Amino acid sequence: MSATTATAVPRTEAAIGPWRLRWRRFRRHRAGMASLVVLLLLALFCLAAIPMQHVLGMDPDATDLLARFDPPSAEHWLGTDEAGRDELIRLMVGGQMSLLVGLLATAVGGIFGLVVGVFAGYFGGRVDALLMRFTDGMIALPLLPLLIVLGAVDLTKLGFSSEFARSGAAGFWRIVIIIAIVDWTAIARLVRAATLSIKERDFVRAARASGAGPLYVMPTHILPNVATPIIVAFTLTVGRVILFESVLSFLGFGIVPPTPSWGNMLNNAQELVTTAPALAVYPGLLIFVTVIAVNFLGDGLQHAFDPRSER
Amino acid sequence: MTRYILRRILQALLVLLVMSFVIYSLIGLMPGDPLDIMLASNPGATPEVVEHLRKLYGLDQPLMLRYLRWLQDALVGQFGYSRTHSLPVLSVLVPALIQTCKLMIISFIASVILAFILGILAALKPGGILDGVISLFAFAGISVPVFWLALMMILVFAVKLHWFPASGIATVGDGGFRDQALHLVMPVITLALASTGGFTRYVRASMIEVLRMDHVRTARAKGAAEWRVVLVHAFRNALIPVVTIMALSFGVLFNGALLTETMFAQPGMGKMIYDAILGNDFNLALTGLLFATVVTLLSNLVADLAYGWLDPRIALT
Repeated sequence: MSATTATAVPRTEAAIGPWRLRWRRFRRHRAGMASLVVLLLLALFCLAAIPMQHVLGMDPDATDLLARFDPPSAEHWLGTDEAGRDELIRLMVGGQMSLLVGLLATAVGGIFGLVVGVFAGYFGGRVDALLMRFTDGMIALPLLPLLIVLGAVDLTKLGFSSEFARSGAAGFWRIVIIIAIVDWTAIARLVRAATLSIKERDFVRAARASGAGPLYVMPTHILPNVATPIIVAFTLTVGRVILFESVLSFLGFGIVPPTPSWGNMLNNAQELVTTAPALAVYPGLLIFVTVIAVNFLGDGLQHAFDPRSER
Repeated sequence: MTRYILRRILQALLVLLVMSFVIYSLIGLMPGDPLDIMLASNPGATPEVVEHLRKLYGLDQPLMLRYLRWLQDALVGQFGYSRTHSLPVLSVLVPALIQTCKLMIISFIASVILAFILGILAALKPGGILDGVISLFAFAGISVPVFWLALMMILVFAVKLHWFPASGIATVGDGGFRDQALHLVMPVITLALASTGGFTRYVRASMIEVLRMDHVRTARAKGAAEWRVVLVHAFRNALIPVVTIMALSFGVLFNGALLTETMFAQPGMGKMIYDAILGNDFNLALTGLLFATVVTLLSNLVADLAYGWLDPRIALT
């Protein structure tokens, strides 16, 4: 027991940044780590469609009416669907759609919520009252019926050309935007609460006293200090958005076939349950596994970010 | 307190007013036109006739004026006619609302009871095996797509096992109590399972927090039986946040009800709104969405009031 080891210990502790510490705590959260691995594997699974399409020449939209509802074979590993399309490649491409919508809609809605929350919390007073009443109003809405109405909106009545309104790109962006429109309130409220608690701290007051304007203080002093709850909230939002996408596509208001998504592959699920039950199981199971992994990941992050958390 | 309640009710009415305008405008953006179906059944209509009809129904007026006229009628309970049902909107909507409330209330009670049992069991020994299993179940409940859960229920219990009917609310020619109850089993279980997950997590978290408090230690120290400590001393205090969240989720339950009804072909509000939107039944879709908003607003209001009533420490201002 020499004096050198005693002094060396605090020095290494001090050298570890907060993010390293958080990563350490996260690694001890078994469910969170397992979910991270599952999500990486799922992403790989979906991205594997790209080499399969371009190198092996597999086409997710190639129909073969002589091979409808084929059982799994060497050629079609998971069999074929009601139009004789390969189920496996459609699951992979559909997963790309579902994950992309999940990430994009979370980013768009989340950034909007972030801005609303920071402004409301930072400026307080009238700005806060106005923005929060708006947020409360959004929360009071019946989400799913609203999403369905938004999904049913005729884009040509908004001045878009009818070619654009029918294109796949329009369907994709439409669903990203309508989900972002309804799902930003949780983040806005969270960011507002966090901002309120940070903005009266001495270092923020010091910055303001030395002449820093709100547009400088918000990104440099407020946001980095409210980052951890926001990261957790963003993660959980991704899970919710993937569920919304699947529901909307399933009901026929989301991703437009023939482009597959995990939701719209269940369009004919009611009949599939009796004729080809496996086809009704796969896409839903993938949605389920993805969302549960995302939620466990969020739980793990929360645990890692909060030193006082239980367990 | 009375002032607080009055202010909250006024706020809710204001939100409802704004929403009615938003929904009214959105419905106007849906494909088609109220005249389309009328004209489809009458191909001989000349452009002059169409123009006349347009004037007759006020469709040539600007949006704001049409909305105000609609609002005037709506305030006295005139919601117009449903085109697909050829009935006044309210006589289509009221039975559907009753059906949905039946499904929602039974599922809500079932999931609350289940969540309390599971949440308390999990909180007894956080980190234990039982807690792990219950947490996994809770996460599964949050993460499962409701429509797919319904589909799997149909696949297993209707198609494979033939235990329960797959759809509808009664068998034609039967319709007795037992028959109706059998038709409700799967929708209720599906909807209840979907909301139990979230509730269980709240009950668990709240119980763990309360079980650490001083008054619980005091109760143990004075020799109260463990079941009494958990169920009386801890549980009553853990209820406060949980009840609020459960009341708030009553509105969210509506989303699940919409899907469950669609999947099991139950003639409730969810299926009615869905069919109305698909069938361009503007009046019915509009009124249905408004009632859905009212249900959500009401449950939020009740949640806020329950919070103040259960916990006198919270000052309502």
